Amino acid sequence: MSHPAKCTKVALAALAAAALAPIAVAQAQAPAAPAPATVKLGIVSFLTGPAASPFGIPGRNAAEIVIETLNAGKAPAPFNTVGFGGAKVEAKYVDEAGAVANVVTEYRNLVQRDQVDAVVGYVSSGSCLAVTPVAEELKKLTVFYDCGTPRIFEEKPRSYVFRFSPHATMDNVAAARYLIAKKKGLTSFSGINQNYAWGQDSWRDFLGAMTVLAPKVTADKILFPKLFAGEYGAEISTLLTSKSQALHSSFFDGDLESFIFQEQARGLDKRMTMILTAGETVLYRLRDKLPDGTIIGARGSSGALARDTDIAKWFKTIYTDRYNTPPTYPAYQMAQSLLGLKLGYEKAAKAGAKPTSEEIAAGLKGISFTGPAGEVKMALGDGHQGITETAYGTSKFNKQKNTPELVDIMRFPAECVNPPAGVEAEAWVKDGMKGAKCN
Amino acid sequence: MLTAFAILTDGLVYAAYLFMVAIGLTLIFGVMRILNVAHGSFYAFGAYGAATAVGIYTTLGLPDAMGFLLMVAAAMAVGVVLGLILERGLLRFAYGKDEVIVVLVTYAVFLMLEDVIVLIWGPGSYGAYQPMIAAGNTEVGDLVLSNYDIGLVLIAAALAALATWSLHFTRYGRILTAVIFDREIAAAFGINVTVVYTVTFIIGAALGALGGAVMAPKIAVTLGIGVEVIVLAFAVVAIGGMGSIEGALVGALIVGLCRAAAVHLVPQIELFVIYGVMALVLILRPHGLFVRAQPRKI
Amino acid sequence: MAAVAGALAPDWIVSLATIAFANALAVLGLVVMWRAGLISFGQALYYCVGAYAVALTGRWAGITDAFILVLLGGVASWLIAAIVGFLLARYREIFFAMLSLALSMILYGGLVKTESLGSTDGFSISTPTFAGYAPHSAAMLQLSLYWLTLLVCFLAALGVGAYFRSVAGSLAAPIRDNEIRVEFLGASVTRLIHVKVMIAGLLAGIGGALAALAIGHVDPNMAYWTTSGGFVFVTVLAGSSSVAAAFIGSLLFESLRSAAFDLMPGLWQITLGSVLLVTIMFLPEGLGSILVRLRRRSSAKPS
Repeated sequence: MSHPAKCTKVALAALAAAALAPIAVAQAQAPAAPAPATVKLGIVSFLTGPAASPFGIPGRNAAEIVIETLNAGKAPAPFNTVGFGGAKVEAKYVDEAGAVANVVTEYRNLVQRDQVDAVVGYVSSGSCLAVTPVAEELKKLTVFYDCGTPRIFEEKPRSYVFRFSPHATMDNVAAARYLIAKKKGLTSFSGINQNYAWGQDSWRDFLGAMTVLAPKVTADKILFPKLFAGEYGAEISTLLTSKSQALHSSFFDGDLESFIFQEQARGLDKRMTMILTAGETVLYRLRDKLPDGTIIGARGSSGALARDTDIAKWFKTIYTDRYNTPPTYPAYQMAQSLLGLKLGYEKAAKAGAKPTSEEIAAGLKGISFTGPAGEVKMALGDGHQGITETAYGTSKFNKQKNTPELVDIMRFPAECVNPPAGVEAEAWVKDGMKGAKCN
Repeated sequence: MLTAFAILTDGLVYAAYLFMVAIGLTLIFGVMRILNVAHGSFYAFGAYGAATAVGIYTTLGLPDAMGFLLMVAAAMAVGVVLGLILERGLLRFAYGKDEVIVVLVTYAVFLMLEDVIVLIWGPGSYGAYQPMIAAGNTEVGDLVLSNYDIGLVLIAAALAALATWSLHFTRYGRILTAVIFDREIAAAFGINVTVVYTVTFIIGAALGALGGAVMAPKIAVTLGIGVEVIVLAFAVVAIGGMGSIEGALVGALIVGLCRAAAVHLVPQIELFVIYGVMALVLILRPHGLFVRAQPRKI
Repeated sequence: MAAVAGALAPDWIVSLATIAFANALAVLGLVVMWRAGLISFGQALYYCVGAYAVALTGRWAGITDAFILVLLGGVASWLIAAIVGFLLARYREIFFAMLSLALSMILYGGLVKTESLGSTDGFSISTPTFAGYAPHSAAMLQLSLYWLTLLVCFLAALGVGAYFRSVAGSLAAPIRDNEIRVEFLGASVTRLIHVKVMIAGLLAGIGGALAALAIGHVDPNMAYWTTSGGFVFVTVLAGSSSVAAAFIGSLLFESLRSAAFDLMPGLWQITLGSVLLVTIMFLPEGLGSILVRLRRRSSAKPS
């Protein structure tokens, strides 16, 4: 009745080949090779799912407006050449959503099927970690714009992968320093972080920094609710029974908003000062609903904490004009990444021909430049990982102007809150943060 | 002592949330034998509908109490319309088929509705927190309880009472009970099972949307809230027994209290609690807590 | 022939096909169980065990040989399936599905809590070697993985086909129809289902091991229920009537998903959902039914 499985397998293989061949031919021919003077970039971020609204879409929006402005040659110096070195930039936007297998498949598609010149993107540290070896294998220049894990450049030396945005250890070390400087009478602190890598790493770094900088202050309640849990009643009850004066959280967007609504209804912020390392993402959304006195971080001198430089003002203006809302830090991170890539590209393209990935990599290694989020020095990871200064501020809603503001801003130089070259971030914090140069 | 009280209150609040989410699902399964994955979509639509309603009434400046009713009504209307469209338009073509096929139809619908939400409301998140903040809070010693949470527990209890009463004491409720027990015999007695199906599905959808609506003031209404809810609802229904309202209530209470205890006492196991309880219950009572053992049909 | 097609096709298609065929093994396991009327929403458990077995062996013992790694992945998941099967074989229908889901989510929770394994970030796998041969170019690496996957799939197809033709395999449909009569025939339904769970677990584990090698990275999401859901999705697309359908269905699904991402980046869920709906409505027996019909027609022709 049924054929032997071998015939089945041959039939399937024939069908597979027959199915694949026309697709392959069509796809190979369909996208015409880009016109000689264009640079094709793959831009990957979350366009769907819960991480889209806080991180993925600001990143995508920033990419769109920056690329448009660059192509028109209207960016301020030293970014005022058209596009990348005179060649217009063409972007293909890809959704980062789905399992790691999908992310890797889509990355390969960008590089091998769509033949992009470089890939910029990735919000999730899991995506970054998975894509890195593939980028090295395919020898394609890749810039990560948002993911925070320090592991990428600490596990192995990389040749084709870069990250201008500083990693997340900086955020929590600076948070500890700010808290100790500003909160008098601190004897105990608690933490509520999402139970996944980002939350676990954030808490570990914060706890480590506090242990080094203020050994007498103890950690009381350490909570790790599920990611996207949304309902924090039990956690808030637990915190209400604690005697801590401060609460650390790396929550972002949806979870953060839910937590703030729920805790405010029960008055938790009146007992504990909240330190939100990624809090800037909700500043403009919550507005007067964010309790005054909350300590806010923006993962760098970025977003609402950006310095008032010309280039920061330029970026804020073009973004707000287009999207009717001020840019948050993920948008700044994307802008920094694109501008940094542009500089590296132009440095390598001196001969006028399109530079190879290796040449761009050589051009990017170890550079310094100043973008909307401040000065970037590619000081870690053998010149592949950037460090910047960072800042924290305290929220205060300005009732006259009807805008949220950050006051009491403290800025921390890059070398104060980042490990020195060659030292792993986790080990650096544990060993007492030796070599930190704070003023 | 305070901790024990906190565990009790937190457990009740979480149980109220679980119950409201699960009751629609268990009803649909009990009557129609459909495990409706799109229930998460009803919840999400209810939440988004409520958020929109809250937005409208805030701009109109209406008093708070009416705002809450408006929110609930809007959400349930959304649920009813959506349920009607789905059942008449799509599901009834799938009735004859294998149970698993129907589950997959609902899964496909769920995927599509996720993107429909993006098309209607965009990818941003919405807040509907005004009712919750307006309700104020109550202090019990060191512990501060949100009045909105207390209200949720009362609403859930009322819902449970209403559902049980209607199933046992109204004519239509008894018809539903008959169909739950044995569809074929109910049809043989002249009950119009098709109409019962449609009405049940609509009620289930409205209940799912209601769950979303009452939770909306507490959470940020954003993409993906439907996904989390589905697994929780499934677990509660599996624990309580498919099709049993009392089961959903008891299941919700057990999971709610266990989870609250875990968060306060042993936070490390919080991730596992619901699955652990489900596995344990299924091991001891393979069909859930409240389902009668069915006679074997040879 | 598929091997040759792989050598000619562009790289990105080869890697897509490799992952698709690796996932198809998990689907094949689901087909084995579905013939007996059981749907598991927890195949991700074995898939993840196989993947992590490969990753951890590489990390702790430094083994990079792909053949050994895949074998180890399969053995690990088979053991888990054997143990878990004692419990699962007592359940049917929705409860079987829910219990299997619960077990895979418990593994997920455990992995997320384990910071030394990178929690939700997971960790990378070193480049595999093939019985001493270490590919030196990216293209050769992809092709080697593809050929390995094809070989394993071929062996699996042979094995499963043989099982379906055996007495134990042929009892699947009777079990679905009426278990009690099967018991009266003298066969132990619990033992048969236990065996099916083990076969499915083994296949899913091998699939996970191959997928891990192809992706180069493992993370706890491989144990999440949406991963199981993806396998079930393809199982419905493929139907239970033909072994080949599992592989073709998986390939089509991956291609479809990739095309949806490419053409409609924000709306790929609608695309996938619609395709599933259309398949269910018009092809309730899945793609396999098309294949079976074709074969019947060709074997019915006078030769």
